[in-house]
Amino acid sequence: MSIHQRTKSLAARHSDLSDTFFQLKVLNGRALNEARFPVFSEMIKPAGFADGKIKPTRVEIFQLNAGKLCNQTCAHCHVDAGPDRKAENMSRENFERCLDILRQYDIPTVDITGGAPEMNPNFRWFVSECHKLGKHVIDRCNLTIIVSNPKYRDLPQFFAENQVEITSSLPHYSARRTDSQRGDGVFDDSIEALQLLNAVGYGREGSGLKLNLVYNPTGTFLPGNQAALEADFKQQLQRKFGIQFNNLYAITNMPISRFLDYLIEHGQYETYMQSLLDAFNPGAVAGVMCRNTISVSWDGYLYDCDFNQMLDLKVAGAGTHLSEFDLAALENRDIVLNQHCYGCTAGAGSSCGGQVVE
Amino acid sequence: MSKKHYFDPEDLKKFGNIGAWQKPMADKFFAWYGEVFKEGALTEREKALIALAVAHTVQCPYCIDAYTSGCLEKGADEEQMMEAVHVAAAIRAGSSLVFSTQMMNHAGDLTM
Repeated sequence: MSIHQRTKSLAARHSDLSDTFFQLKVLNGRALNEARFPVFSEMIKPAGFADGKIKPTRVEIFQLNAGKLCNQTCAHCHVDAGPDRKAENMSRENFERCLDILRQYDIPTVDITGGAPEMNPNFRWFVSECHKLGKHVIDRCNLTIIVSNPKYRDLPQFFAENQVEITSSLPHYSARRTDSQRGDGVFDDSIEALQLLNAVGYGREGSGLKLNLVYNPTGTFLPGNQAALEADFKQQLQRKFGIQFNNLYAITNMPISRFLDYLIEHGQYETYMQSLLDAFNPGAVAGVMCRNTISVSWDGYLYDCDFNQMLDLKVAGAGTHLSEFDLAALENRDIVLNQHCYGCTAGAGSSCGGQVVE
Repeated sequence: MSKKHYFDPEDLKKFGNIGAWQKPMADKFFAWYGEVFKEGALTEREKALIALAVAHTVQCPYCIDAYTSGCLEKGADEEQMMEAVHVAAAIRAGSSLVFSTQMMNHAGDLTM
């Protein structure tokens, strides 16, 4: 089944919000709104970060954004990915640079995201090389890519051969909720893809092949309890489709890029930011993912996380490109903070691995 | 009267202020309320759906807003939410109709 795209990329629409500096102005009440929320770096001071700075713990996850090209155009996408984003994709040269770094340093996990990273022509080669290096590879797969074209249909087998952990977005076990965010037809294709993954052993007990789902709210509300959502998803997906998976990660929508555009268009920006502030959890600050992650963009620049990457907030206090990668300097840097960081500290906290506190 | 209309959505945010005029009772109420909605034998989602259904029965606009949000946050979808409202509506309708047995009894007494 083909997907009916939910929207167009901000880039294709020539939206003001496709300019990252403009997004930062909005987040700081200097464009499109005058709302001034407490500065995030001030808010964390009583939470054990007295100087208003967050330092890394240790770089354990090398997260690489293979590019913005995607077969979907989801309404909330923080990457502003889509089928039109053909120019922004990682070159072989930059993948080689990543491999050099992964060979040189003891960074155990390689987390590949996009876009749909599988659409990058270097994807399979890179995954195989990482596997040969003994790295644990995570692929952030949108699921529908697997059934979008016959050339991707053997991805489940490829993933299994390389022991890739699959982490896939599925915002709901109902078609209406899922398609309202990701595009008509996405739910049916996602179910088919999950069944193909299950068929090669993914999500099945004892297979060693991990299949995780990512839940994020399909609207302007915050995620509920992760364990309760996981229990519901497991029951409903098993009942309706015989699908099994390992973990469900509940992730908060970040007020950047297309979700920021959605909030502004629906007059919900201030309400949403206030809800993030109201739910600010000092206990979640210590667990934010930027403390153990380095995020690499398609053009080889280094960031504290995928969200800072999308706001073009490069790492501070260390070389900013793969070609000047210095792990010691990176592990001593101050993480770049801004108002979107409230998205990672609301409620039970939010990260690429779901909530950060019990 | 400070306003010329009832049910201002902004008033929902002031719910916590009821303690200003009777704090010990409000504290007890909010503590109990919080306990009620915690996961127990029923999940938080199931409790939110019950609350949504009751909100429709008591026709409280604040409660309808609060538990529409609450149901979505706890992972319910439109189908579950509408089914919950139908349960409430069915009990409301049934509770009227069941009294027709009294009407029938009494009519039976009065008529040949």
